[in-house]
Amino acid sequence: MSNSARVIDSRPASNERLTRGALIRRRFLRNRLAVAGLIIVASMFVLAFVGPLFAKYKWNELDFLALLQPPSRDHWFGTSQIGGDVFALTTRGLQKSLIIGLLVAVFSTGLAAIAGGFAGYMGGKVDRSVMWLIDALLVLPSFLIVAVMSPLYRGRTWLVFVVLLAAFGWMVTARIVRSATMSLRERDFVRAAQYMGVPAHKIVFRHLLPNVASILIIDATLNVGATILSETGLSYLGFGVQPPDVSLGSLIAEGTASALTYPWLFLFAGSALILTVLAVSFVGDGLRDAFDPGSVKSKNE
Amino acid sequence: MVNYLVKRIFNFLIMVVLASTLGYVLASLAFDPSSNYLGANPPIPQSTIDAKLNNLGVNPADPLIGRYFIWARNVVSGDFGLTIGEQRVNEELSRRIWVSLRLLIIGSILGSVIGVALGVVSAVRQYGVTDRTASVVSFSLLSTPVFLLAILLKFGAISFNNRIGTTFFFTIGEYSSDFSGSSWELLLNRLQHLILPTLSIALGGIAFYSRYQRNAMLDVLGSDFLRTARAKGLSRRKSLFRHGLRVAILPMATFFAYSFGLLVTGAPFTETIFAWNGMGSWFIVAVQSNDVNSVSAVIAFSAVLVLLSGLLADIAVAALDPRVRLR
Repeated sequence: MSNSARVIDSRPASNERLTRGALIRRRFLRNRLAVAGLIIVASMFVLAFVGPLFAKYKWNELDFLALLQPPSRDHWFGTSQIGGDVFALTTRGLQKSLIIGLLVAVFSTGLAAIAGGFAGYMGGKVDRSVMWLIDALLVLPSFLIVAVMSPLYRGRTWLVFVVLLAAFGWMVTARIVRSATMSLRERDFVRAAQYMGVPAHKIVFRHLLPNVASILIIDATLNVGATILSETGLSYLGFGVQPPDVSLGSLIAEGTASALTYPWLFLFAGSALILTVLAVSFVGDGLRDAFDPGSVKSKNE
Repeated sequence: MVNYLVKRIFNFLIMVVLASTLGYVLASLAFDPSSNYLGANPPIPQSTIDAKLNNLGVNPADPLIGRYFIWARNVVSGDFGLTIGEQRVNEELSRRIWVSLRLLIIGSILGSVIGVALGVVSAVRQYGVTDRTASVVSFSLLSTPVFLLAILLKFGAISFNNRIGTTFFFTIGEYSSDFSGSSWELLLNRLQHLILPTLSIALGGIAFYSRYQRNAMLDVLGSDFLRTARAKGLSRRKSLFRHGLRVAILPMATFFAYSFGLLVTGAPFTETIFAWNGMGSWFIVAVQSNDVNSVSAVIAFSAVLVLLSGLLADIAVAALDPRVRLR
């Protein structure tokens, strides 16, 4: 008797407890790859920001008594040709690559949300001009454009680099947001808001974008990985983060010349880069599966 | 169909003009060509610098719009102007264009064909050994930037060469300049040079296509029309190829256009790392030396490539898919 009563009691309670957020969290946590990715990303952040506190040398400090030394107790990842501590340099580079990846992902996804949201909701001329801009910007690979504009931020703050990367990296997400908003446009809650006289920008920001939040979160995550890839590529060629500052890309560029004989110059930065991007993409895929378990991964639009 | 084609080609031309304009304007705004002459010892007089810049048509003192129209008129008549070293851009272009095209065409064909085949096998034998291996490998490849992949391939090849005691993989240049031998041996020598750069371009493509093809194929495998095809007595193989693959391969045509942009991005890295004198390595040198005319030529070239692949993809979709053709 008491047993069955408890069963009856517990049912509505457990229903109540399972909010959408909890459901998504549970689906995400059940995905082993995604959790592993999250742990790796978190430990990369810890390594990048907490690691340097424990190291003996700073990234811009040179130890002239230890040139090209293999990993040791003093220099955990060895030293470079001019006596720079590779551990300190790698963590510094990881910091830069992670921060740039995060900032650009947030900016470009925000830009994509605004452009895609308004294009999808307003339709007509706004839609056509935004789509036209997207098509025009997609013709040229953003790598070429940012590389051409690199003299503009040479000798200036790296934030200009971030702005450029974001300005030429929002187009694909904007397309996805646009098609999602278009399918929401005719829904009753949007109609109701329209008839109550809510202005367009409020409908986009208050009613449409929150409804595509899952897309935005997933894309922002995946954009972090994509940004790290393009940032390190540009930095590798010297078009990205400018010396004396370092990024994983410029570290790899410096390390490759003699990496066959001195593998530590290159190995740590290279594996940190691959691991980070891989982990971010696992998290992104895990988020997609958690938000929308019915979706097939290839359905980007 | 003809209407559709005309519309697409018109659109193509407009986009090419737009993209190359954007390239020229951005390069002109960002570059400072006079920096090439500053800091020389003894210093070059300002009047000489101005004369040189005027000769190249890149003097920042002239209004941009005038420079642009002169450049555009010359380009339309088939002349891309002079490089910063006062060589003809056209000459450089004709020397380098095939180096890059060979790399990109072979790389993209290998990448798409192997990728699609791998994707189909992975989908048909879902969760099999091939599928699992392919998933892990393509995820890692997609997380590896092209430059790192090329460097790793290069290192792997060098240690392989050291182990077997002879140079099997060449890691520098397109062919050995001191090479003499029959045409067969020359071809072999070129192939030995070609293999690594092409691989570094193709591997990313294989990873990319196999992921998408696998998902598209899985979608189709559960569909009703495939069950119908099997029910009316078609063999599994025949139904998969005649009905399944034909539908599942359609989205790949669209991705082909998109991935060509990725390849164009990869070429500068591959060419620099393997010391090929193609368009990509030219682009990098040109940006470093503030060479407006050369950069604009490379950008126009990549715009044509990307748009042409998009156009071809659209035509392929229209040819394969009756639903598009009827529209």
